[in-house]
Amino acid sequence: MALIVDIQKKIGAFNLSVRFESENEILALLGASGSGKSMTLKCIAGLMTPDSGRIILNKRTLFDSGAKVNLPPQKRNVGYLFQQYALFPNMTVFENILAGVRIGTAAEKRDAAAEKIAQFRLDGLEKLKPASLSGGQQQRVALARILVNAPELVLLDEPFSALDSYLKWQLEMELADTLSGYSGDVIYVSHNRNEVYRLCDSVSVLSNGKSDPKETIDGLFHSPATVAAAMISGCKNISRLERKDAYTALCTDWGVTLRTQAPIADDANFVGIRAHHLTFSPNENMMNCTVSRVVNNMFSTAVMLKTPGGAILRAEMEAAVWAAAKDKKNVTVYVDPKDVMVLKS
Amino acid sequence: MDWFPLLNSVRIAAISTIIIFFVGIFAAHYIAKAPRLVKGILDVFLTLPLVLPPTVVGYLALRILGPNRLVGAWVLDVFGFKLTMHWWSAIFVTAVVIFPLMYRTARGAFESFDTTLADSGRTLGKSNTWVFWRVQMPNCRQGILAGTVLAFARALGEYGATSMIAGYTPGKTATIATTVYQLWRIGDDALAFRWVIINMIISAVVLLAMTFLEKRNVKPGGF
Repeated sequence: MALIVDIQKKIGAFNLSVRFESENEILALLGASGSGKSMTLKCIAGLMTPDSGRIILNKRTLFDSGAKVNLPPQKRNVGYLFQQYALFPNMTVFENILAGVRIGTAAEKRDAAAEKIAQFRLDGLEKLKPASLSGGQQQRVALARILVNAPELVLLDEPFSALDSYLKWQLEMELADTLSGYSGDVIYVSHNRNEVYRLCDSVSVLSNGKSDPKETIDGLFHSPATVAAAMISGCKNISRLERKDAYTALCTDWGVTLRTQAPIADDANFVGIRAHHLTFSPNENMMNCTVSRVVNNMFSTAVMLKTPGGAILRAEMEAAVWAAAKDKKNVTVYVDPKDVMVLKS
Repeated sequence: MDWFPLLNSVRIAAISTIIIFFVGIFAAHYIAKAPRLVKGILDVFLTLPLVLPPTVVGYLALRILGPNRLVGAWVLDVFGFKLTMHWWSAIFVTAVVIFPLMYRTARGAFESFDTTLADSGRTLGKSNTWVFWRVQMPNCRQGILAGTVLAFARALGEYGATSMIAGYTPGKTATIATTVYQLWRIGDDALAFRWVIINMIISAVVLLAMTFLEKRNVKPGGF
């Protein structure tokens, strides 16, 4: 089971250029809104036509601008979970799922739909219209309707954006269970790094229509390669760098020189430090800052620090750690060289 | 009392509405997806009958369908009958006059239709025809119904173009509208008034039906 995507599309001033391969995995496309995530899914599903490139699913060419192949969405066999689920409001739950069954006699189709009703715990809701279901139930119906269709690839477009946050946990676990029982590829589009971290195997970051090379989830969260990847993975502090030697960087925005554990490549031009990697435990990377603002969260404290270079650093620590600090105006924070991320723009 | 005008009015309105139901939806469906410029130009032509005086529509129809004119002469020559002065002649002009009402309401409904519903149908392997009749039409039902009822009501009230192309022949081409005019002209005030009341009742019932349909359709969850 493998998907190869390499497509380009231009709409007005927006340029989409996406390239990735995925095989037997849940691949996340992570990016801010407007980065081209949904557009990419639409191209894969055949709802939009790329200007050039190719899309190959399990050795079947879905789209190839060179060979002039462009299968209609009906023939792509790609399941698409839309953001608002796109259930047919005029049909009941059962009719919605039945609409997804592709093959068989009328009786066989009804059996297939009934089986999915049971599998997705929708018993008793068969005759209801989607509007009278909860968000979570709607999602289950939409998933049942897609999976009864036996797709070779499942596209999930921000599956939790339509739900209240207190519902998400439960549903996320359900979705993880559902996906673990599915043997095809899955593309998971999201702007939420936590969801992606919990649910996906690998990730490609999209920014302004351009995709970064695919990497593992651990890779993205522990050693992101680009500024876009660092920011989307939650890194709050980013500065331009001036390379001093292979392991020494002058961070121009912060006005400090830091040692790194990772070698600084010639084309590296930014450094990033996660807010929770700034500590009071001394090491060689020291920064003398003044406190500009303190934000108390329920269990943690975020401290905004004015660096010698003028830019603000955000440090996050347990509330007790901050409470124990003697001087709350001028503080010295440290960062371990292994936590200084070397980035490219 | 001769009930022919009632029968004739209703059959002309009903047949015109059925024709325009399909033609209007067809036009709306394709034009809703058209580029803005094409849409703008077509809109002017297709909406024109709404604002033209019916006599202008009647005049233009006679220019085309009259026995000495292009189409009319050809039909007379080949099939041996005239296209004017029959009861069904009124259908030609009535259909043209009510077309914009159906077309515009249907197009409005189609344009506000959530296209991701159609997209999801297509990714599930459903044909465009299936998506149109099973998803798009039911979800645009309210707009389509409103357009149909409005078109029918307008068709019942059509006078100017009808009187030009079908004339007024009692028992043959007379409609309620033309009958009221004729009765008033010859001074039969009592009978004219009766027809006025009948017309008002029919129109009120039609509009009431529309209000009822609208109410039923906005009920939460009752798509």
